[in-house]
Amino acid sequence: MFKQMEGSEAVAKAVALCRPEVVCAYPITPQTHIVEGVGALVKDGTLVNCEFINVESEFAALSVAIGASAAGARTYTATASQGLLFMAEAVYNAAGLGLPIVMTIGNRAIGAPINIWNDHSDSMSMRDAGWIQLYAETNQEAVDLHIQAFRLAEELSCPVMVCMDGFILTHAYERLDIPTQEGVDAFLPAFEPVQVLDPDDPYSIGAMVGPEAFTEVRYLANDTQLQALKLIPEISGVFKDVFGRESGGLIHEYRTEGAETIVIALGSVNGTIKEVIDHMHENGAAIGSVSICSFRPFPLDELRDALTGAKRVVVIEKSLAPGLGGIVASNVRMSLRGASLPVYTVIAGLGGRTITMTSLQEVFEAAAEDRLPDLQFLDLDHGAVEHEIVRARRTRRSGPTAEHILRQKAGGLSK
Amino acid sequence: MFQIRIHGRGGQGVVTAAELLSVAAFIEGTHAQAFPSFGSERMGAPVVSFCRLDDKEIRLREPIQEPDALIIQDTTLLHSVDVFQGLKTDGFIVINSTRTFVELGIADFIGKFPPHHVCIVGATELAMKHVQRPVPNAALLGGFAAISGRLHMNSVAEAILEKFPGAVGEANVAAATEAFDIAKAA
Repeated sequence: MFKQMEGSEAVAKAVALCRPEVVCAYPITPQTHIVEGVGALVKDGTLVNCEFINVESEFAALSVAIGASAAGARTYTATASQGLLFMAEAVYNAAGLGLPIVMTIGNRAIGAPINIWNDHSDSMSMRDAGWIQLYAETNQEAVDLHIQAFRLAEELSCPVMVCMDGFILTHAYERLDIPTQEGVDAFLPAFEPVQVLDPDDPYSIGAMVGPEAFTEVRYLANDTQLQALKLIPEISGVFKDVFGRESGGLIHEYRTEGAETIVIALGSVNGTIKEVIDHMHENGAAIGSVSICSFRPFPLDELRDALTGAKRVVVIEKSLAPGLGGIVASNVRMSLRGASLPVYTVIAGLGGRTITMTSLQEVFEAAAEDRLPDLQFLDLDHGAVEHEIVRARRTRRSGPTAEHILRQKAGGLSK
Repeated sequence: MFQIRIHGRGGQGVVTAAELLSVAAFIEGTHAQAFPSFGSERMGAPVVSFCRLDDKEIRLREPIQEPDALIIQDTTLLHSVDVFQGLKTDGFIVINSTRTFVELGIADFIGKFPPHHVCIVGATELAMKHVQRPVPNAALLGGFAAISGRLHMNSVAEAILEKFPGAVGEANVAAATEAFDIAKAA
């Protein structure tokens, strides 16, 4: 049934429909109100047979999730930004142990400098931890991906991160269709764990593995991701059969047929990109886009197929690999190995910087004429950075960069 | 697409106002997207929220830069923030005040808009009268419904009652209804 509701609230309801048995969270910033919403559903009796555990940190949150999942409970948590970094060691452990935990990342930037706004730096920092990473384009997809994530995680014994743009999605009110309990029960079978810590049948997990077997264990972790490449579209297909709606899958193509320029992005910015593409089509531009839903595993072949026939690719990405450029763009280039079309990287939306239709259209038009540099920062204040570079070169004890840029932006003086 | 931007201060229900608009639109079968300006929320700080209405799915995620309507919950913002930025020339303006446009020092600017597109509502006073709290948001939505014709007062009332069931909701509906009548009569 459709209802006008906030992204976070909708995801809380979707998670509850999946009947998690343990939900643990550290409810302080950086956190969305998703776990607060789940907590309320436990308290008011909507979500039964679920233990909600308040913990003392994000590290504890995922550690408790690991314990609960290893004991055979369907387990959920959520975090963002610095919170994800603080649980980093446990993030790797959850994947290494093959525990099907589902975790929401309400994507936000990482400090320093301190910044609470949206970008993809947090989840990107954990892209190679062995988790499956799915990026939601809309709040409806965020709802649907959580329901798919539990089935995917449990079929593969692999944890899944559902990434949704912090604030832009989590705090937006939209018309959303929350599936029925009967529908979710039909789609998501009861959790049948492949390993259970059982006092009556004791064994250990997480044992020391030496050089003689570590490579094989890692090979199998990669193999799990390759299986996910097949399973993600299958589960998306079953979801459509049950709920009548396209959601999830590896990639979403938009007007790619005949497109000479193809834009690639993850998450909610794809909505704005589609608006720009429609607008440019009115003037005859041959442009389309691909939204990557599954970033891990990375759909190399599917992406290559989608880009066949394009003359250039523009990757809009909300994260930065300092010293390299774009993370998504690097992965895209790998799917294009052997092909000779340019892949332009546009770093956009860092730390909550607004991504406007106007700026995107300028970039796409420049790309169509191959006037873009390999790496560009959208709407960068060139004057501010050049001024700071000169100032820092002039003085050895030049002080903190972030504060100087802030002062410049405020119109103040700097030496 | 019809875009509304709401300006106010932390604690005045700016974000809730956008949410209520979106719920009222949803009740009428319209697609609506409401979201706040994001920042470190604190009482008294300038806050902006946004609401888009359309008859199809809303995909755009940028903040509203060229609104069709403005709701200004706090006139102390008039001379510190460019609240009118980007407003379309035939846009709508609802301002919370007991003073006149002349007294507020914006009569010349307001004069450029169609007279029935602008209104002043003493929303804080209406809220004090009905809700006993200085929360002007619900009353201003009544004013917006009256001058814009974009939403029915009934849908606004239903949205308020959905968000605030019981006496608090009823009191806010009373404030919004009185504001609606004042704006209609003006």
